[in-house]
Amino acid sequence: MPRLVRITLLPACLLIGGCNNWQSALDTHGASAASLKQLIIFIVAVCSVVWTLVMIAMIHALWRRRGERRPQPIELAPARERRLSYVVTASVGATTIIIAMFTLASFFTTHALNAAGPDDLTIRVRGLQWWWSVEYVGPDPSRRFETANEIHIPVGRNVHLLLEGDDVIHSFWAPSLAGKQDLIPGRLNELTIRADHAGTYRGQCAEFCGLQHAHMAFLVIAEEPADFERWAEAQRASAIETSDEAITTGRDVFMRKACAGCHTIRGTKATGTPGPDLTHVGGRRTIAAGLFETTRGSLAAWVADPQTLKPGNNMPLVPLTPDELRAVSAYLASLK
Amino acid sequence: MRKFVLLLCVVTLGGCQREERELRLDPPIADALDKIALMPNRIAGAPPQVYFALNKPYETNAYNLSEGKRLYTWFGCKACHGDGEGGIGPSFLDGWWLYGPEMVSIFASIRDGRPHGMPAFKDKMTTDQIWQLAGYVQTIGAYSAKTAAPSRNDEKQTRPAENRAPAAILFDQGPTPVHPDQGPTP
Repeated sequence: MPRLVRITLLPACLLIGGCNNWQSALDTHGASAASLKQLIIFIVAVCSVVWTLVMIAMIHALWRRRGERRPQPIELAPARERRLSYVVTASVGATTIIIAMFTLASFFTTHALNAAGPDDLTIRVRGLQWWWSVEYVGPDPSRRFETANEIHIPVGRNVHLLLEGDDVIHSFWAPSLAGKQDLIPGRLNELTIRADHAGTYRGQCAEFCGLQHAHMAFLVIAEEPADFERWAEAQRASAIETSDEAITTGRDVFMRKACAGCHTIRGTKATGTPGPDLTHVGGRRTIAAGLFETTRGSLAAWVADPQTLKPGNNMPLVPLTPDELRAVSAYLASLK
Repeated sequence: MRKFVLLLCVVTLGGCQREERELRLDPPIADALDKIALMPNRIAGAPPQVYFALNKPYETNAYNLSEGKRLYTWFGCKACHGDGEGGIGPSFLDGWWLYGPEMVSIFASIRDGRPHGMPAFKDKMTTDQIWQLAGYVQTIGAYSAKTAAPSRNDEKQTRPAENRAPAAILFDQGPTPVHPDQGPTP
C-alpha cells in the first residue's frame, strides 16, 4: 500500500473506531443522547454544505479569468451592480435563515431533553475532587443508600439525577446517554437520563476541576429492572459479616487506623463521610473513580500509596505495616 | 528602553516560579514529624528537627494551609469552634490561646485532645493532616500576618480573612474561657 494511503487510512480508521465505544456521543443508547445526535448530524451536515459552497465560490473567485483591461473603479456597470446586490442579499438572507434554524432546532431539542415523570427513580450525584458520590434517594428514607463512582439504572425507565457540587464546579457527562450538565457548589442542577439498552456506559467529568480531572470517571450500568432491583437490595444491606480471621483482622486495622475517619462501612463503627462509602467497594468494577479495576492487588496498591497513583487526591497515605496492608486489602476485597 | 524591556522579561519569567506542593510525604518523614517534644504540662515545646529542615512547611506553604482549611470542615471542627469565633469550644479569633500559640501546642491539642471536650484525632487523621490543620488553626488567630494564605471562601465571609494583619480590635477581648478550669495553666 502506498505510504500516503496508509497515512490517511490509519487516522480515518481510528476516527471511525471512536464512534463505537462505551463512551461516545455518536454511539447512543438513550433518548436524550439520540436526539442530541440528530442535532449534531443536522448541524454538521448543513455546515458542511455551507462550507463547501463557500469554498467553491472562493476558489472560483481566485481562479477565474480576469479581463485584459483593469476596470475603472469609478465606472459602474449598473447591470453588474444589480446582480451583485442580489447575490449579497441572498447570502445574508440564507445566513440569517440557517442560523435561526439552528437556534430553533437546538432550543426545541434541549427543551425536550428533561421531560421527567413523577415516578422516576431519583439519584443524587455529588461531584467531588475527584470522585462521584452517588446516593439513591426516594420517599422512604430507610431505603436510601449510598455508593460511589458507579450508577446502576434500570433499562427503559427515566432516571432523574440531582447534581450537586461541594468543592469546585464539575460536569456530569455520559455521552452515550445524555448531554453534559454542570455540578455547581451551592446549586442544584437536574438531568434526566434513560438507557434504552442494557450495557455499561462510561462517563467522566467534563469541566476542568483540578489536578486529577482526567481521573474522575464513572460508570453507568443499565440493567434489566429485575437485575437492578436485586442489585439495589444488595446495596441496601450492611457490609457482610464473616468469621474468616484474615478478614476480621483487616476490619480491625481499618477501624483502628485513620481509614474509619473518612469512610463509611455500614454495619461497622466506620462512619466517616468525607470519603466514598465503602460498604460494597469490592463489588464495584473500578476504584478511585475509574483509575483501576477492582482487585485485591489494586486495592492494596491504592491503600499503600494513593499519592503516587493519583497525585493530589484527598486520600492520605496512611502508614501501614505489610501485614496490616495485606489484611486491609483482603477485608476491602471481601466487601462485595 | 531596552533595559526596561529586559527587566520586564526577567520579571515575567520570575512569575513562572510556582510554590512547591508536597503531595506525598514520605512515611519516615511523617514518622519523624510525629515526634514532637512537649513540656511536661503538655503546653509548648519543640517541633522535631525535620520540621525546620523542611522549612516549616505547615506555616509557610499556601497549599498546606488550604488543605488545613479543608480538613477544618471535613473533621467537624466547625461544630464546636464555629468559623473560628468559637461556640461550644474556645474561639481562635480572639488571639487568646489557652495552650499557647506555638504549632506544637496546637498539634498536640489536635492529636491527643485536651480536657473538657476536645477529642483526640490521632486515630482519625494522619500526622501530616494534623500538621496541616494545626497550621490553619494557627493562621486564624495569628498575632502577625503570614506570607502564605489558604484559598478564599466560596461562601460569605463571616470573619476577617486568614491572611489579614491581626485586627487589634479582635484581640482586645481578653480571655473568654468556656469552662472555669481549662486544665493546667502555662
